[in-house]
Amino acid sequence: MFRSLLFIPGNNPSMLQNADVFLADAIIFDLEDAISINEKNNARNLVKNYLVTSSVLPNQVILRVNSINTEWFKKDIELLKTNKIDYLLIPKLDKLNLLGVEEYLNSFEKDNNLEETKIIALVETARGVNDLPLFAENKRIIALMLGAEDLASDLQIKRTETGEEIFYARSKIIYAAVDYNLIAIDTPYTNINNLEGLIKDATYAANLGMKAKVCIHPNQLEVVNKVFSPSEQEIKWAKEVIKISQEKPGSGAFQFQGKMIDKPILDRAEKILVKAKQFNLM
Amino acid sequence: MINGVGRFIPEGMQPFVSSDNFLTKERRLISKKRKQSKTVFLDNIEEVFDVLGIDSNMTISFHHHLRNGDKVIQMVSEEIGKRDIRSLNFAPSSIFPSYTKLVDLIKNGNVNEIHTNYLNGEVARVISQGHLKGKLVMNTHGGRARAIESGDLNIDVAFIASPVVDKFGNGHGAIGKSACGTLGYSISDLQYAKKVVLVTDTLVEKLENYQLDGKFVDYVLIVDSIGDRMGIVSGTTEITKDPIGLKIAKDCADLLNYIGLIKNNFSMQTGAGKTSLAVVKYVEEIMKKNHIIGSFASGGITKAYVDMLEGGIFKQLYDVQCFDLEAVSSFAKNKNHIAMTASEYGNPFEKEPVCDKLDFVILGATEIDLDFNVNVTTDSMGNLIGGSGGHADIAYGSNVTIIISPLIKSRIPIVKEKVMTVTTPGSDVDILITERGIAINPKRTDLREKLTNSQFPIFEIAELLEISHKITGVPNKIETDEQIIGYVEYRDGTYLDCIRKVKNGY
Repeated sequence: MFRSLLFIPGNNPSMLQNADVFLADAIIFDLEDAISINEKNNARNLVKNYLVTSSVLPNQVILRVNSINTEWFKKDIELLKTNKIDYLLIPKLDKLNLLGVEEYLNSFEKDNNLEETKIIALVETARGVNDLPLFAENKRIIALMLGAEDLASDLQIKRTETGEEIFYARSKIIYAAVDYNLIAIDTPYTNINNLEGLIKDATYAANLGMKAKVCIHPNQLEVVNKVFSPSEQEIKWAKEVIKISQEKPGSGAFQFQGKMIDKPILDRAEKILVKAKQFNLM
Repeated sequence: MINGVGRFIPEGMQPFVSSDNFLTKERRLISKKRKQSKTVFLDNIEEVFDVLGIDSNMTISFHHHLRNGDKVIQMVSEEIGKRDIRSLNFAPSSIFPSYTKLVDLIKNGNVNEIHTNYLNGEVARVISQGHLKGKLVMNTHGGRARAIESGDLNIDVAFIASPVVDKFGNGHGAIGKSACGTLGYSISDLQYAKKVVLVTDTLVEKLENYQLDGKFVDYVLIVDSIGDRMGIVSGTTEITKDPIGLKIAKDCADLLNYIGLIKNNFSMQTGAGKTSLAVVKYVEEIMKKNHIIGSFASGGITKAYVDMLEGGIFKQLYDVQCFDLEAVSSFAKNKNHIAMTASEYGNPFEKEPVCDKLDFVILGATEIDLDFNVNVTTDSMGNLIGGSGGHADIAYGSNVTIIISPLIKSRIPIVKEKVMTVTTPGSDVDILITERGIAINPKRTDLREKLTNSQFPIFEIAELLEISHKITGVPNKIETDEQIIGYVEYRDGTYLDCIRKVKNGY
């Protein structure tokens, strides 16, 4: 479960050294877009050494590898041998790419006696969005992440502050995630100095159904964690609802604070409490 | 003998006992100087040296308000070099990298003793290597004022850079082409030095208001330039962009808010570092959100505080030294931007020094040890890189003293079992905030109680040491040379620690 995921460029030693101190639920060590071609090998070596030697790692470690269509993909996958990576973030995923990734991972894992690696699908092409119903059910996939900047490039459109242009993609990801019990992760908000804009963007995404958001600067984490956490009032409400339902087992629907509480509402209350416990909010 | 912070102090020197031991002592004051005749105006430094008879073994003082832009100490150093005057004592309130001419004076034995509050650059390097033939004494801003007024530091000639002087010998810091703002560190020198020379590049008919009273001034030396006012800018006028610095600053502001220190009429002081400025910004946000108006901020003043004064968020600023040009112009025009002398700021024997009225201070550290002793004088290898300035003064005076620092700087842990040099006793340090955890001095049971059930990551300081060692490994022990090159003097005149020569090869 995530609320916030923070990208850290793989070639930045001071950021790597401090990766565990930030408020992110997971850290994504980036070997792809944040790394120039000349730095690819350096970044990979640095991340590898960091994972192997560091005594303090983030709670959840994600590695964004280069796309399967690049010369770096296989070298990046070698880092799975460190046994320190929880998930791979696979860029530009669509049905066809996933087939290739899965085939390579099956063989790599078998050769190296590794357990099955779970994947976060980075959906950032029109084909990826269209293919969602075709690959979201893959057993390796645990989350779907929207990459709106690359998607906008693919669509040859401009990104806007209000994000109307990615409404369709956001919705597709959210619906596929719910359908296959995956985590829907929203695209980053790229203006790192505009926290007000981030609040609006994250709140909008959360209201649509996104469950987490990627951050590209540590300053964004506090806002994102807050937006994607249940509020104090929600936790209080959920506790009371569950308490009443436990006091009246088998009584079906009941009224609370003037509103009808039935199974869907009880489920929602339970999910709020699970999340609150997970993130030490109660 | 071993002093109150467990450090060796040679026999014959007053050992530090405790930071409040001065309360058992009486204030000692020598007479303020009495000028014998009218102020004399001169226009070349040779004449000044001739009429004053500057000679061996005299003590000459300077202030550092022009900081890295100061030319007065350079000018005087050059003349000493030309005349090859030997065995002088220098007492500048601080020494900056631009004071290059002092380097040769030290190496050649022209200057044998130095009494200052802060030093870095080449002068610090040559002293660290043992080139100063006598001793270096590092004390605090408030302690320097105490030493001068008590006669412990006898000044023969004070050269005081004054951006403007009038025909009566009065001076001011906020007017003139070299305006640098308040002149708080020079007031004790002005009042107690045997002879006072104001050095200026701007002469006016009459000043209505002045900081330097002509009744103490023997000579005015008029020169082309006393310095470059751009040199006062500390290079720390921008808030840090470093995510670790920002995290520490945010945690610091949140903690201050959580323990109830950001309340109406509170007072604060911070350093001028980039992370400190971020703390100021976050504190300002909390104040605005909760409609809080502070009583005063003090210290070296920066634009960040000027903005808060002008925005009505603080009622007053007490300024001993302007850290940027915005602070200089604010001081010149805003009656609530108030100059204070070093004595009013931090002299332990003042009745109500400003440092004693502070609710909290945010300070830095090069090292901090398991007893919360702080070192800002030397680096971990023993090289001189700074000094107390007002660190120990405000750490003692403030209700809550907070040290902010990354736990690891350039792969060196800042928490040590024992600091290389004690600048500020741990009894005056309450909280350490790092990116990986917060430690509270065990003697502050009140703060520990308040934070027990908080979400802040509270650790014992020994646990923070352990965490840092897990990351970096245990650093090798650093050896210093046996030769003592100087002392850290506490604000009450007792000795906190010895400074030793850096071992060859470090």
